Amino acid sequence: MHAQPSAELCLQAKGITKRYPGTVALDNVDFEVYRGKVNVLIGENGAGKSTLMKIIAGIEQPTEGELRMNGRPVKLAGTRDAAAKGIGIIHQELNLFPNMTIAQNMFIGREHTRYGMLLDHDRHVEKTRDILRQLECDLDPHTPVSRLKVGQQQIVEIAKTLTQSEMQVLIMDEPTSSLSTAEVEVLFKLIRDLKAKGLAIIYISHRLEEIMRIGDYITVLRDGKLVARDEIANIDIPWIVRNMVGHDQVLSTNRPKRQPTEEVLRVENLTLRSPEGGFILKDVSFSLQKGEIVGIYGLMGAGRTELLETLMGLHPEAEGAVYLEGKPIKPTSVRNQIDRGFALVPEDRQRQGLVQPLSIAKNMTLSSLGKYFRRLFLSSKLENSSIARMIQNLYIKAPDPKLPVLSLSGGNQQKVVIGKYLLTDPKILLLDEPSRGIDVGAKADVFNIIRQLAAERVSILLVSSELKEILAYSDRVIVLSGGRLTGEFQDDQLTENNLVNASSKK
Amino acid sequence: MRQLFKGRPGPDIGLLLLKARTFIALIVLVVVFSFLAPNFLSVQSLILIAKHVALYAILGIGMTYVIVSGGIDLSVGSIVGLSGMIAGWLIVEGLVLPMFGVIVYFSVPVIILIVLLAGTLVGGINGILVTKFKVAPFIATLGMLYAARGVAMLSSGGKTFPNLVGSPELGNTGFPALGAGSFLGIPYVIWIMILFGVFSVYLFKKTPLGWHIFAVGGNERAAELSGIRINRVKIFVYMFSGFCSAMVGLIVSSQLVASHPATGETWELNAIAAAVLGGTSLAGGRGSIGGTILGAFVIGVLSDGMVMMGVSEFWQMVIKGLVIVLAVIVDQYQRNLQSKHVLASRAAA
Repeated sequence: MHAQPSAELCLQAKGITKRYPGTVALDNVDFEVYRGKVNVLIGENGAGKSTLMKIIAGIEQPTEGELRMNGRPVKLAGTRDAAAKGIGIIHQELNLFPNMTIAQNMFIGREHTRYGMLLDHDRHVEKTRDILRQLECDLDPHTPVSRLKVGQQQIVEIAKTLTQSEMQVLIMDEPTSSLSTAEVEVLFKLIRDLKAKGLAIIYISHRLEEIMRIGDYITVLRDGKLVARDEIANIDIPWIVRNMVGHDQVLSTNRPKRQPTEEVLRVENLTLRSPEGGFILKDVSFSLQKGEIVGIYGLMGAGRTELLETLMGLHPEAEGAVYLEGKPIKPTSVRNQIDRGFALVPEDRQRQGLVQPLSIAKNMTLSSLGKYFRRLFLSSKLENSSIARMIQNLYIKAPDPKLPVLSLSGGNQQKVVIGKYLLTDPKILLLDEPSRGIDVGAKADVFNIIRQLAAERVSILLVSSELKEILAYSDRVIVLSGGRLTGEFQDDQLTENNLVNASSKK
Repeated sequence: MRQLFKGRPGPDIGLLLLKARTFIALIVLVVVFSFLAPNFLSVQSLILIAKHVALYAILGIGMTYVIVSGGIDLSVGSIVGLSGMIAGWLIVEGLVLPMFGVIVYFSVPVIILIVLLAGTLVGGINGILVTKFKVAPFIATLGMLYAARGVAMLSSGGKTFPNLVGSPELGNTGFPALGAGSFLGIPYVIWIMILFGVFSVYLFKKTPLGWHIFAVGGNERAAELSGIRINRVKIFVYMFSGFCSAMVGLIVSSQLVASHPATGETWELNAIAAAVLGGTSLAGGRGSIGGTILGAFVIGVLSDGMVMMGVSEFWQMVIKGLVIVLAVIVDQYQRNLQSKHVLASRAAA
């Protein structure tokens, strides 16, 4: 399995462990990077790829283990230090200055100067023009970055790293995620040029076909551990999927076959444009039945969260048709959507789900205060009885509902958020990563609640990055990739392989 | 790839007018006041207005540095007061050195240097609070607003240092010249404003430091990842703002030939208003020195014009407030229009 590569080692990570409070992001991982090759790093969301790259780029320090460059151990004190040693990184999220021009962005932090203090901007512009030409991109160096499309910004980001002359290792974190097909071809041509110049490229991507085309070596991470590495020439896509997922064919959990019920929600050709041009969601259509749990799977940036947000009325500019119980509706305001029976449990519990300084009780009744309004005042009797009911039904471990909500554990906080939305009596519950960052016991509780709600005829859309979770609890799963619906699976078709394949389709 | 971006969107007259709005507003104000206020268009009154404007403009320039970097400086008015008090104190009382039993009196140029240095240091404290101690700029400089004003009051027990002419025996005469003197018929004050303006335009456009200020205000995280020493940049902008305030403190004391500890109260608001009127974004990353100077002219012409017209002080405040808010609304409108323009040009490309 472990091939002996013929190429020359450029950078080597040995026994890297990275611990954050409460979690181990990387567990004794070895990673080898060869000169003049494309070294692919792959893994599911949260497998530790980004952490490993941050360590190699000097952004984070490893808890244990060492980095060696050209055989000698190195310590990288920061991005500046890493850059000085010839390591460049193109981040997944763009790190550009929208308020400045392309040429300024290219050279910021390492400006050319005359007499040590005056900017030599003519030289910047000239060099920028050269590099852009090399990339077959005819943008004017004076264009402000805020005017560029995301794909063009990505190209600027790539161009930026080419201004570093002593580059030895170039890390590309999902460089194609926002590029069009034509732009990907240009990028690949550039990568081949860079390889020929002897640069070592670390390439992170979820697009399996792309990896097969451009990669030379592949390393697979799962749950912070190294699980496999090989030459691309020796492997195929099923090999990658197998190693990412961890086992060959998976138990399709034995769920009773669901009897079809009447349709509650139908979405047709939902399209959401990004402000930078391009699409966040494109022609997404699906339906949801009463009491059904439909999982939504996809990689980061696939548009899952945005889909839920759109249904909740957070993107009134979205196009397409939405039918609630057969009647067309326009999801344009959150208040209206709540009144219509929608409820969204957001992904970011701390920032979007809770009002942190308030008590458990206040947080719970926040979305349904109207119900407790009697004449001019809130009826605390009504309020308290609802709260007590929720605390009991959701098994919330709270000694006193008047305590600040932050005094609860993560799992119980999540239950408070769910409770808040259940008090609005939803017909359709939208759950965005409901199990993120909560402990095992609370997870089980949360999913029991979800099942129970479905049994009570509440329809549920469940977004999760955890394959096993989504397989275990969904009646049906739709898969998004790059804002498009790339698969819909139920019954026998509902397998890990199908979901992973569909999520990497372009 | 070729068709990715076809040039810039064609010039749009409406957008152009919106962009030049501060300038247009200034011209409108001048025209209106020259009809409504007698003597408005005389050389004396214009020079008087320009002298007032220069003070707002110098403070506004320092403020623009801070706001573009993503911060805010509420302490400039207090630093103006404190600087004036230091100058007055050094001229009237001298520097007492008890261990040598002497009182040192400095010559006026040395006093000016000491005061400028002191203002810069106070700004430096703001910068250190914001960077090393991670105090939000609003709070750090609000603290300094009180503290610096308090020190200014303490220095004289709340009294004024009068008659800052110095005496020939002590060799410290000549301080009033800073505020009253002129070169080529134009007061020093206006020259100083021009000097600060030219220097800053130059720094913003032509030096790495200038770029870094925009970068920190535009995207702090990216600035850090680009290897920019963001703390140094931030400390610098607060120091420069303190320097500008000290300059204004010196000028005002010299003009009045006295220093009063309450000088400069609420002037930070004029400085912010000048910057905002000139198109500086309070979110950081966007702004220009030329715009701020124009903004200072709008505020100066507006207040002096209204005084000449005999508008009551209370109405003046109301009108100033309206103008500032209106300016920001128009600014938002322009930006929306501009981004729609960009989107449209993208769709066409």
